[in-house]
Amino acid sequence: MATYTVKLRQQRQLDRDRLLSILGRFSVHLALMFFGLSCLVPLLLILSASFTDEVALTRNGYSLIPSEFSTEAYQAIFRNPTVILRAYGVTLFTTIVGTLTSLTLMSLLAYVLSRPEFVLRKPLSFFVFFTMLFSGGLVPFYILMTQYLRVQDTFFALLLPNLVSAFYVLILRTYFVALPSELLDAARVDGASELRIFISIAVPLARPALATVGLFVALNYWNDWSTSLYFIRDPDLYPLQYLLYIIRSNAEAMQLQSAVGTISTGQMPTQTARMAMAVLATGPGAVFFLFFQRYLIRGVTLGAFK
Amino acid sequence: MDLPVSQQKPSVAQVPVSAPQPRWASLRGHIFRRNLTWFLMALPALIWILIFRYLTLFGTWIAFTDYKVRRGVFGSDFVGLQNFEFLFTTDTALRATRNTILLNVQFIIVTMVFSLFVAWLLFEIYNSVLTKFYQTLLLLPRFVSWVVTSYFVYALLATDNGLVNSLLRSLGLAPITWYASAEYWPGILTLVSLWASVGISSLIYLSGMLAIDVQLFEAARIDGANKWQQFIYITIPMLLPLIVITLLLAVASILNADFGLFFQVTRNQALLYPTTDVLDTFIYRSLLVTNNVSLSAAAQFYQSIVGFTLVIVFNWIVRRIERSDEPLSLF
Repeated sequence: MATYTVKLRQQRQLDRDRLLSILGRFSVHLALMFFGLSCLVPLLLILSASFTDEVALTRNGYSLIPSEFSTEAYQAIFRNPTVILRAYGVTLFTTIVGTLTSLTLMSLLAYVLSRPEFVLRKPLSFFVFFTMLFSGGLVPFYILMTQYLRVQDTFFALLLPNLVSAFYVLILRTYFVALPSELLDAARVDGASELRIFISIAVPLARPALATVGLFVALNYWNDWSTSLYFIRDPDLYPLQYLLYIIRSNAEAMQLQSAVGTISTGQMPTQTARMAMAVLATGPGAVFFLFFQRYLIRGVTLGAFK
Repeated sequence: MDLPVSQQKPSVAQVPVSAPQPRWASLRGHIFRRNLTWFLMALPALIWILIFRYLTLFGTWIAFTDYKVRRGVFGSDFVGLQNFEFLFTTDTALRATRNTILLNVQFIIVTMVFSLFVAWLLFEIYNSVLTKFYQTLLLLPRFVSWVVTSYFVYALLATDNGLVNSLLRSLGLAPITWYASAEYWPGILTLVSLWASVGISSLIYLSGMLAIDVQLFEAARIDGANKWQQFIYITIPMLLPLIVITLLLAVASILNADFGLFFQVTRNQALLYPTTDVLDTFIYRSLLVTNNVSLSAAAQFYQSIVGFTLVIVFNWIVRRIERSDEPLSLF
């Protein structure tokens, strides 16, 4: 009898534990759902506004569901798409060329710094990684770019800054260090040149790290607006994000027309058009990067431990 | 794995040919040539670093001159510490310093506490099918630029038709002219900064938690520790190295503000400067808006030198206090 009571008590305890754990898991999910949606919802506000009728938006205000559905903002943009298409071209070009150049420079450097037989490895590593400690900052950088390199209003102004990051070189080097040296030696015996070994053996093996670093670099180029703020005055060279900034600051001065093109000022859907521009400029890129988010997650893990 | 190298015939031409030389000489030539190739491979990146990271350091000289574009960096008149005197007698620089430090401290604390909490939540349900979904949502802000962020912040805070003011009106409260009320912005910017960084930062902590030995949690559970106790007595102590590194890096760059956050999200509204003007926006404005290059350079020099000192000092402190085998310091 006594053992029975004990068993019953244990059973009750177990049931209560299970109930608590189910409740616990449920509240964890609830909290995460709340935080996750808090990250998404502000962006939906832009999407919803872009599909709202201009007059309704002014009257009813911003909301998560369009108070009066309208595609007028998109129609207005597509009636004269030159500006946004050009900006897309500039952004795509700088992102692709910039990322490829940056990855080439950084992986070459990281590979060389990972070779234990390289006689200059120690001093050059110091030369590279010491830059993680300090920065001259914006002013000398600005003077260098505009007074000495004189690259303002060229593609070089968009491409040159941030080509090499010591931090990414560090990440890539850890990968190259782990390469099996027997493999490299075997290639050497076969008479392959050092560059050939790098291209045919080291790069394919370091592909995961290259993808991760490449994603971060590409994201930086894609979302860059400050470089243009410093160095670009020619509207033909505006990248997407800078175009969005210009549209916003022009709208503040009620001069949207000059940025979007030759839309007649009369029925210009100002607020909704801006939001539609933001959607068109961000949407495709965000979807593309979300598709590669596993590289981002891996990058975070890599970065956290060294 | 594709190894086209091994399929190649060993080419005779690449083997050093000078036959009658002693073996060690040819070997030395070989090693020299290999090192030369390596050096040449690294050269493009090294030149970039030399120009953009080292040569720019000479530009800090501007801080001690009365800079004139036509006369160049070293042709301008030397004025000693005059720029710094001017910098520290204006209220603006002191205000920018105060804002930078206070807001950064706020960002660091809020983001750390919140990210640890979110990471813990993700850790507790890590095997769930929904984990990936939550991670994707939390990472979303990382893909959005500060310009686009400023767009939705405007949709929330616009005076006439912003969502927040609509809600205030429906609650019978008076709407607020957000872009003219500086007192709210430390809070707003903290929220926006948290929104932008919670995904990445909780992922860092989550990967740290996943590396903890499960047996520790098992043992604690058998001893009757509940989830919260496990979090406080196992997770946090085990994550301490990671937390210390994150804090070290954050505190070392306490004088560096995120230019995009402060320039874009506030829409660079002068009315908000009392609480949102930071060193980076001040430097930008002095350089490109008011064109006082020397003053800007002085502020920049002050920011850089304090930053450098903080990195060295904190690295030294961490090296002193570290007890575990795992090194925490950067160097």
